[in-house]
Amino acid sequence: MSKFVLEKLRERFGTAILETHSEFGDDTAIVEPSHWKSVCQFLREDPTLDFDLPVDLCGVDYPSRPTLSAGSGVAGRMEVVMHLYSVSKQHRIRLKARVGDEDMDGAELDSVTSIWPGMNWLEREVWDMSGVRFRGHPDLRRILMYPEFEGHPLQRTYPADKTQPLVAYRSEEEAGVPLHKIEPFGPEEGMPFGRLAVRRAEDN
Amino acid sequence: MEALDLDLEEGELELPAEPMHLNMGPSHPAMHGTVRIVLELSGETIVKADVQVGYLHRGFEKMCERGTWTQVFPYVDRLNYVSPMLNNVGYALAVEKLCGLSVPDRCQWYRMVLGELARISDHLTCTGAMAMELGAFTPFLWFLKAREMVWDILEEETGARLTHSFGRIGGMANPPTADFKGLCRAALPKILGLVEEGEKMLLKNRIFIDRLENVGSISGAEATAFGWTGPCLRATGVAYDIRKAHPYLKYDEVEFDVPVGTRGDTLDRFLVRLGEIRQAKRIIEQSIERMPDEGPVNCDDPRVVLPDKMDVYTTIEATIQHFKLIMEGAKVPKGEVYSYTEGGNGELGYYLVSDGTGTPYRVRIRPPCFQITGGLSRLIEGRMLADIVPTFGSLNMIGGECDH
Repeated sequence: MSKFVLEKLRERFGTAILETHSEFGDDTAIVEPSHWKSVCQFLREDPTLDFDLPVDLCGVDYPSRPTLSAGSGVAGRMEVVMHLYSVSKQHRIRLKARVGDEDMDGAELDSVTSIWPGMNWLEREVWDMSGVRFRGHPDLRRILMYPEFEGHPLQRTYPADKTQPLVAYRSEEEAGVPLHKIEPFGPEEGMPFGRLAVRRAEDN
Repeated sequence: MEALDLDLEEGELELPAEPMHLNMGPSHPAMHGTVRIVLELSGETIVKADVQVGYLHRGFEKMCERGTWTQVFPYVDRLNYVSPMLNNVGYALAVEKLCGLSVPDRCQWYRMVLGELARISDHLTCTGAMAMELGAFTPFLWFLKAREMVWDILEEETGARLTHSFGRIGGMANPPTADFKGLCRAALPKILGLVEEGEKMLLKNRIFIDRLENVGSISGAEATAFGWTGPCLRATGVAYDIRKAHPYLKYDEVEFDVPVGTRGDTLDRFLVRLGEIRQAKRIIEQSIERMPDEGPVNCDDPRVVLPDKMDVYTTIEATIQHFKLIMEGAKVPKGEVYSYTEGGNGELGYYLVSDGTGTPYRVRIRPPCFQITGGLSRLIEGRMLADIVPTFGSLNMIGGECDH
């Protein structure tokens, strides 16, 4: 579809483009993390590319991926995936950068908020959900989770059934009844005008 | 008694000059969908606005990594809950792109009609709710009456008014009902009549126009840089519609226009949405004309499509296939794909990563209104407090998809 974007990238950045492919017609370039911002800058500013619409940014976690042979010795556990679109040229590209080792150490990328303001919230989301820090981001707060939340839920090592309630669950002493024996919709639960009231009316 | 303010000159009045902090939301009558805006006010002017989302976060993406590919459909219903059919179709198209499938013509037309019906319901909700928040309650009821007609059709087809879970990989859950075309033909003029009536009440109302015009304007270039898509972007004059730019299903075979605005203000967004309702009607009319009455709806691929129920009961092959598809899930080939469709709010993208098993490795949804809400603070800073209500209403922030 738009292979020439990949060609231009390879021509301009050479070895900083680690890998390219066009599976299912989606042109993809895997970028050396240290060149992340300059590649973005180039994609935005080159008049023949003109990627003006920041579509998406997300993290995909591969905790078991072996260390990359890219020289730096940094394992690319977390894959940060960016989708861009050009409204005028009608072409798309997917950029990827692999950051962080198995403990997510060194999971950092340069922020591209200054290039597309729309990346502001997306980078906050990737930080919140996947735990990638963005250097130079103006306001890197959590966005979907609450500030007290610990960990990053979309890392595959985060247990899916873990809960972090802000108000602790009540204990059996507080409840005064053995909690595990109460069915989800026991006879004594529910709205006063609901099941209970109906049953009382029937009994009377 | 003499008037108390006789000796007061306006210049002498000392107003408190300290900026005031105000919380709007997360539960506020004018904030449909839970969103909180922390405002710094100077008088009634907004100096700074911090928009906080996430109150409806339900870990959709994490949940998807636990079930089968088909079990994602009920979740996507609950993303944009005023146009769930568009999400269903978008997700089905994404998985089909990954599997290299293409559904029969009949199903493509069917998906288009259902999707456009959902788009009508989406726009009716947004415009109606915005009008209601500005005090115009009657048009809201008119629009909801029209929306109810849309939902009646969808209920007839899918069995559910709102959360249909009707899409399937490689087709739909059921073929169209016998009277589907008749229902659409009967309801469309009524819906459009109600829209026209409601619109007349609003667009001839001076107060309504004054509150929308030149409020929350944004330029096309700026909106693009924020990642805006859909009616909000088209209101700025950028005619980017995926149905036109990158046609999917049969959108390249029907005639329709892309309504665009000029100023990118709240009134333009309102008018673009109303224009799209009319275009959706055109698309539906052409599609039901061309949709075949006979023929298969699901594609003929036993890897992903469930066998006929009668065969499951009578033959061992179909029983095994059914069992495997339900228990292990359809095996989706290894790879990654980004598929995008035009949702109610804009580009609805799915980035799927498959490791070749029956469970998705990663399902990433690109909700259109996440970035649109991200631009909200830019729209309201420097404006008056009361401008938040129409501006926010016209963005059509849907908590479910914005907060994942």
